Amino acid sequence: MSEISYRQALKDAMIEELEQDENVVIIGEEVAQYNGAYKVTEGLLAQFGPKRIVDAPISEAGFIGMGIGASMLGIRPVMELMFWSFAYVAWDQIINNAASVRYMSGGKINVPIVIRGPANGGTGVGATHSHTPENFIANTPGLKVVCPTTPYDAKGLLKAAIRDNDPVYVMESTILYNNVGEVPEEEYVIPLGKADVKREGTDVSLIAHGPSVLVCLEAAEILKSEHGIDAEVVDLRSIRPLDEQTIVDSVKKTSRAVLVEENKPFCGVDAQIAYLIQNQAFDYLDAPVQRVSAIDAPAVYSPPLEKIQLPKSDVVIKKILEIC
Amino acid sequence: MTKSSVSENTKRQKPAKAILAKDAKSPANANLSSDELIDFYSEMIRIRRFEERSLRAYQQGRIAGFLHLYIGQESIAVGCISLMEENDHVITAYRDHGHALAVGMSMNECMAELFGKSTGCSKGKGGSMHYFDPSKNYWGGHGIVAGQTPLGAGLAYGLKYQNKKGCALCFLGDGAINQGAFHESLNIASLWNLPVVYIIENNGYSMGTSQERSSMHPDLGLAARAEGYSMNWGHINGESIFDVREGVKNAMDLAREESKPSLLEIHTYRYQGHSIADANHKKYRTKEEIDDYRKNHDPLLLYRDYLVDAELLTEKGLKEIDQAAKTEAEESAKFADESPFPPESDILKDVYWEEDNPDQKLSEGRIFFND
Repeated sequence: MSEISYRQALKDAMIEELEQDENVVIIGEEVAQYNGAYKVTEGLLAQFGPKRIVDAPISEAGFIGMGIGASMLGIRPVMELMFWSFAYVAWDQIINNAASVRYMSGGKINVPIVIRGPANGGTGVGATHSHTPENFIANTPGLKVVCPTTPYDAKGLLKAAIRDNDPVYVMESTILYNNVGEVPEEEYVIPLGKADVKREGTDVSLIAHGPSVLVCLEAAEILKSEHGIDAEVVDLRSIRPLDEQTIVDSVKKTSRAVLVEENKPFCGVDAQIAYLIQNQAFDYLDAPVQRVSAIDAPAVYSPPLEKIQLPKSDVVIKKILEIC
Repeated sequence: MTKSSVSENTKRQKPAKAILAKDAKSPANANLSSDELIDFYSEMIRIRRFEERSLRAYQQGRIAGFLHLYIGQESIAVGCISLMEENDHVITAYRDHGHALAVGMSMNECMAELFGKSTGCSKGKGGSMHYFDPSKNYWGGHGIVAGQTPLGAGLAYGLKYQNKKGCALCFLGDGAINQGAFHESLNIASLWNLPVVYIIENNGYSMGTSQERSSMHPDLGLAARAEGYSMNWGHINGESIFDVREGVKNAMDLAREESKPSLLEIHTYRYQGHSIADANHKKYRTKEEIDDYRKNHDPLLLYRDYLVDAELLTEKGLKEIDQAAKTEAEESAKFADESPFPPESDILKDVYWEEDNPDQKLSEGRIFFND
């Protein structure tokens, strides 16, 4: 094991896959000469050269659509979106073409593309740059979407995504890029669709994905020390496919659930999780399922307000105390 | 193909017969065998008879949704696709039946797709706008205007990445040229020297809006927008399959030999509405305009006359080819009619490669969310 950053873990995943499969190519804005807007691809151009590491013009619909077309011929493009917020100018390519070509061709085509980049708020960049579209993606059959929180998960999930023969969209977080964590020296892959219990507990299940997992872990420590409540923290890691078993098992054990995410509440990922829990663990529940989401407005710029807008541990604790 | 003046190409003042006879001597056409020349006619008439039969099927309630007919534009699909070699690929928009038949997809599978049957080329999952057959280098069949244009660049990128000497033919309508994705694709294709040939099939109307009311363009025409991207471009007279072949061959050679993209504008006309649902198509243009094209500029009629004048086919031979196409179209409708609809269980197939290949599945968890 060695301690590396989330950023390094993503880069290591790409390096390993670039080395193992010559059809893997990294394409995106500023990924090559500039070394990555967030330095995730730093040094890759020097190591792999301009055929494998390609700077794209600011044309998300153009270069992502191009990647989809190339993937139909067997190329495995790993496309960087500088922000997932920029996906909307390429939405037709991301939603219509990548997700539907296989279906509309009666299964004759597959689209082994990865689109990755940060999807988070909390950095003072305002409403246009703070979107978390994992719920939109998860709503689209044909697509897969993962939201890694730790360096270990980031590396293992990105490697699985690159090897996957379907389109897989990886939602990272600029807030997490500098976080460090243990990652094995030896190669590993984390299958998509496998949640991870980040903290075992008995009294309440905190179910989260992305940076909200860290919020939940922080809340769990405070709950333990100040309130004697032992919270379990389930990190979804993968939104679609979804590890329903781990969620249901946890809720059956604790009988209480608080769902935490950066998505806005209406039709957020946790709306589906809440449905799942009432459907499959109804008789085990001792209290209504609670949700903590971003406050339901466009991402506010003003830094103190933005902190309030996003899920944080004191709000999570308050919700937990209402049902525990 | 010329860059000089769009009006010269679109005025169509010269007797069309003389145009074809002249075009037939151009380098891309001079060495064609009589069999090849006759095949072009057969292919064009097959498309027309297929489209006419599908129109009847639509009117009989056998076909749902939209049906964008290609009648009047056949010389483009047949002319262009006749130039394809092993590593060349084709992708188009939703007016896609002609290209599908031209690459060798069968009338049966194409008609069955329209009928929504499991024997259709996409198992009934795509419909009229979404034909596919990658085994014939045919990548669709795309429903969103200009949505296929980045994919066309991607096919070219894939060829170049894999060091294959080939090119991608990416067809689009004249309405697509005002979409952002198209301009992004042109820039990328030219910036990265991708071997793609963009072919605007300019039939004069983006749905019900004439070119004059939808596209700002200089006297040099729509293809001249390529100037902004330092890209090769030109105009082609779609009523002459020989001009189509000559102009497109030059662009394909440029793509294959020098990995340079082109933007070509082929002037053509459609007799039917944008889609069959477009019952209003006679209101945004005059009856005289449609009649003039049918009588004087129809690529099939002109080519038929050329073949007769060149003594390559007799009237009897023409009739036999026509009858064969009609019979084939009729039989395809019968085949489609008698084919089964896909079973309900098909709805969840072909969504994910991994679900369709369970022995190679690596993911876990739930992927479909009903129940």
